[in-house]
This record gives sequence, C-alpha cells and structure tokens, in this order.
Amino acid sequence: MKRLRLFLPLGLFLVLSGFLLVGLRLDPQALPSALIDKPLPTFALPALGQDRVVDQAAVTGEVSLFNVWATWCASCRVEHPFLTRLADAGVPIYGINYKDEDAEALRWLDELGDPYRVSIVDAEGSLGLDLGVYGAPETYVVDTAGVIRYRHVGVVDERVWADILEPIVNELKREQLAGGPL
Amino acid sequence: MMRALCLLMALLFSAASLAVIETYEFEDETLRARFADLADELRCPKCQNQNIADSNAPIAADLRKQLHAQLHAGRSDQEIVEYMVNRYGEFVLYRPRVNSVTLVLWAAPAILLLLAVLVVRSSMRGRAPAAPGTLSPDERARLDDLLSDATPQDKEQA
Repeated sequence: MKRLRLFLPLGLFLVLSGFLLVGLRLDPQALPSALIDKPLPTFALPALGQDRVVDQAAVTGEVSLFNVWATWCASCRVEHPFLTRLADAGVPIYGINYKDEDAEALRWLDELGDPYRVSIVDAEGSLGLDLGVYGAPETYVVDTAGVIRYRHVGVVDERVWADILEPIVNELKREQLAGGPL
Repeated sequence: MMRALCLLMALLFSAASLAVIETYEFEDETLRARFADLADELRCPKCQNQNIADSNAPIAADLRKQLHAQLHAGRSDQEIVEYMVNRYGEFVLYRPRVNSVTLVLWAAPAILLLLAVLVVRSSMRGRAPAAPGTLSPDERARLDDLLSDATPQDKEQA
C-alpha cells in the first residue's frame, strides 16, 4: 500500500498530461453557434442592387448556404472564387452583406462575379447580431424549413466544403427526400 | 520652425482625439452603473479574453451600443443577458450560470477545499507525536536503563 502511494505523483502527472494533450488539440477560437437548430431570425431587409425587400420566407425552402461577407473583409476575397465555383455547381448561396457600403459591394460583385442568389443588405449589422455573427466571413447551413443547422466561422475552401459542409448539406437533402427532418 | 511645430502639435493631438472611443449619455446614474456592470461581465465573442467594455473589436462596439439601447428601453439586466445568450451562447457570460454543464465548475472549489482538509487531517494524524506516558512498562524500563547507562561524556555531548 505504501509503495503504491509512491506512484501517486506519476499518476497525477499522467492525468494532467492527458488533459493538456486534449487541450492542445482544441481550437480555442471555436465557438458553437447559439442558433443551431433554431429558425433563421425574422428580418426584412433590402436586396443588394434590387428595388425590393427580402424577408426570411423569401430565402428559405431549399437546403442552402448563407454567407456573411463584406468588402472590408480580406478573407471574404479569399473565399470568393470558391463560393463562385460552388454556385456554378448548383449550390444555393445567399449573401448577407454585413455592415458594408452598397456601392462598394456592387462593384465587388461586378469585378469578382456574383455567387449569391441575392445579397441581403445588413448595413446596420442587425441581422448579423440576431445571427450571432462576430466577424466575417461566416457561413451557415440552413435546411428546407429555414432552420440553421451548422455555422462555419472563417474561409470556406475546398477542404472545409469537402470535410464539413458538403456532408451536412447531403445529409439534409436526404432528410428532405425522406419527408422532413427526422 | 513655427510651422513645423504647428504640424507636430496637430499630428500629436489628432492622434489623441482619435483615441477617444464612443461616449454614451445616460439618463441617470443607476443606468450608467448597470451599463458598466454588464459591459464588465459580458465577454467579447471575437477577442475571447476581453469583456465588451475593454475590447476594441467592432462586435464589442455593437454589443455596447445594443446594451445602451436596451438599458434605455427599460429592459432588465436579466432580459439583456438573455438576449445576448440567445445570440452568442453561454460563452458571453464571464460568470456562467449554474446548470448541468457548469455544475462541476461551480462545485469544484468546494470539493477541492474538502479534499484538501481531508488530506491535511489524515497526514496530521499520521505524524502526531505519541502522547507522553503511553510507554508500556517494558519500554519504560528500557528507557530508564538507557538513560542511566549514559556516561558523563555522553551527557556533555548531549
């Protein structure tokens, strides 16, 4: 018994190492969205470059991506070509133009191409606040019923799409075929 | 020379005026105090080790604005905290609420204190010197024997 007690520090060390090892692999920036499995917030905001107002009902009905972007956001420029490719491949993407200038945003879409079905103008950041956006770019996966199912913070690139987003989108489409969320 | 000095002053003071962050007007001092308290306790979602009072992140500025507006709209502290949690999750609370997930966190200090008390007590008991007068007759006889055996030289050394 006394001998065993000598191993106590070693045991404690191993337990502590275990915790630290797991801690090393955690992403301290990862922040789960508070809106997972909740419907899109209600809103009525202008559509970028169009003379109409968009509300949540106008942009739901399909499994789609909602991409929070702005011209002041450098990473948005990085992910833009990939979003364009996704849109060309038939993935419905809605833009949320977050705290931006309309003129600049239109010029950006003119220059780089427009992957969005429509860009919702959120000049005040009110929709962003309701969504819990804390920095662009963020991308939300929304199901057919308009319920938020996933939030990705940061650039969407090939790897993020293939590893995370595409499986979720495919799963949601299967749910849709099976007749609504299971 | 004068010109250069003017320019220098202008540059210096323009920086100072830029450094002023937003100022908020309050209807009364209680609102100001509640604003300070809440801004102190709400965590900035972007710069994760700062509260929204300290952070310069745009999102922290938005949340301060929101906080100010809601305080003036007559919302209670609880309603405002609820509003923030609904959007940014429990993460925004520097003082987490007690629930099944955070129970360990809240109970840990008490549990650790209890453990410490138990450990200290058990180690004290093991080390406690035997009370005088607990020698058995045999031991006492041997002790006397040893003491009387000691030579004067030993005593000097002692």
